[in-house]
Amino acid sequence: MSIVLDQAEIARALKRIAHEIIERNKGVSNLVIIGIPTRGSFLAARLTKILSSLEGVEIHSGSLDTTMYRDDLRNAAPRSLGKTEIPLSGVHDRDVVLVDDVLFSGRTIRAALDALSEHGRPKTVQLAVLIDRGHRELPIRADYVGKNLPTNRNERVQVCLSEIDNLDQVEIEGRA
Amino acid sequence: MNRHLLSIADLSKEEAISLLDTAAELARVTETPVKKLPTLRGRTIVNLFFEDSTRTRISFEAAAKRLSADVINFSVKGSSLSKGESLKDTALTLQAMGADGVVIRHPASGAAHRLASQKWMSGSVINAGDGTHEHPTQALLDAFTIRENLKERSGDLMGLNVAIVGDVLHSRVARSNVLLLQKLGAKVTLIAPPTLLPVAVNSWGCNVKYDFDSDLNSFDVVMMLRVQRERMEDAFFPSEREYARRYGLNAARLAQLNSRCIVMHPGPMNRGLEISADSADSDKSVIVDQVKNGVAVRMAALYLLLGGE
Repeated sequence: MSIVLDQAEIARALKRIAHEIIERNKGVSNLVIIGIPTRGSFLAARLTKILSSLEGVEIHSGSLDTTMYRDDLRNAAPRSLGKTEIPLSGVHDRDVVLVDDVLFSGRTIRAALDALSEHGRPKTVQLAVLIDRGHRELPIRADYVGKNLPTNRNERVQVCLSEIDNLDQVEIEGRA
Repeated sequence: MNRHLLSIADLSKEEAISLLDTAAELARVTETPVKKLPTLRGRTIVNLFFEDSTRTRISFEAAAKRLSADVINFSVKGSSLSKGESLKDTALTLQAMGADGVVIRHPASGAAHRLASQKWMSGSVINAGDGTHEHPTQALLDAFTIRENLKERSGDLMGLNVAIVGDVLHSRVARSNVLLLQKLGAKVTLIAPPTLLPVAVNSWGCNVKYDFDSDLNSFDVVMMLRVQRERMEDAFFPSEREYARRYGLNAARLAQLNSRCIVMHPGPMNRGLEISADSADSDKSVIVDQVKNGVAVRMAALYLLLGGE
């Protein structure tokens, strides 16, 4: 087991992503930040906080559970559902930034795109992830990446966040 | 969770709470403009109803359709069952057609258990009421409704005082509710005439009273049961008027309930017998909420039973 990112590095990565989001969207006025439970929601909340302190305005944010939209539900025991909270402003015609902790096969993001379309038609959908570990199974890529982490398929990337894990760090398990 | 949902007794407290939490999430999701989720796409669910039902059958049908399952409705009238086909042959037919889940209501206690345990079919079995035995999804939606109203939508029902009033003897709803509400920490009091209580009721672990008028304001929930005239072959009480006077929820008793108390009824109601019209329509009544919550709770049950492998 080795630590890939520590607390300060996670904070720096999020700060950089926030700047990139503002730069690319030329401001934050049309943004909605949507996290994918569980850890994506916490990252989305942190990102929202950084964005609003940088720009001095309130940013709409929420969370979107993808469980019921997954295509691999039958391969495992039923999972319990995460929270879905779409901000009152909705996602229609907004620039939506999806936030997740680790981008791997891309299947969660595919499910999230399906789930998102039930709530309206966003103007654009962008993807921010803390870790991109490769091994995509679908044509999906991230727009904002905290850290590109080349991995082996059988390694495990564990993101710990202080909101539920009592500390901030990213570690990789099973590396030979 | 088990592969089948036959009895509340098979559920642990944690499983029951997780089912209620899942239902709460699903209730929120189905408030979006598009009420459909793709979760059970390609799965077939058969509603096998050997007894009449409006609420339960429609509720299961709506739940399955909102999860994108294919639904086949099957009722005794107009099927080979009225020609005398056995439960076994019906089950084998359903298996041959590839039913992934069967929702069964049957007048015989234990019918759902038999269907699930005989290896006649490989799908999940959900008990939607078997004789006077159990009706687990009704108890779950009742617990969900109580939690929504009195427990801020989360956790268990610790500390609540629930009265279940009326025809306990014939009521599968009462049996499932006693099991589930006690499992979730509520205190249950059964109130009924002695003739409408089962023989071994003192082994159920709840209070039993014959008098509806004492301590009325101590209850957080008053659940009225339907007088099941179709199951009554003997005289269980002298007259309907006397029953309504002693065990009916009328305006006078309604006025004595405490301010946060809610009134429930599993339906269909005999207005004027166990519950007066002004009680059924009062602002304490959550009877319509019960029906609405039924869909979310049944979606949760279908998802947890059929969603994974």
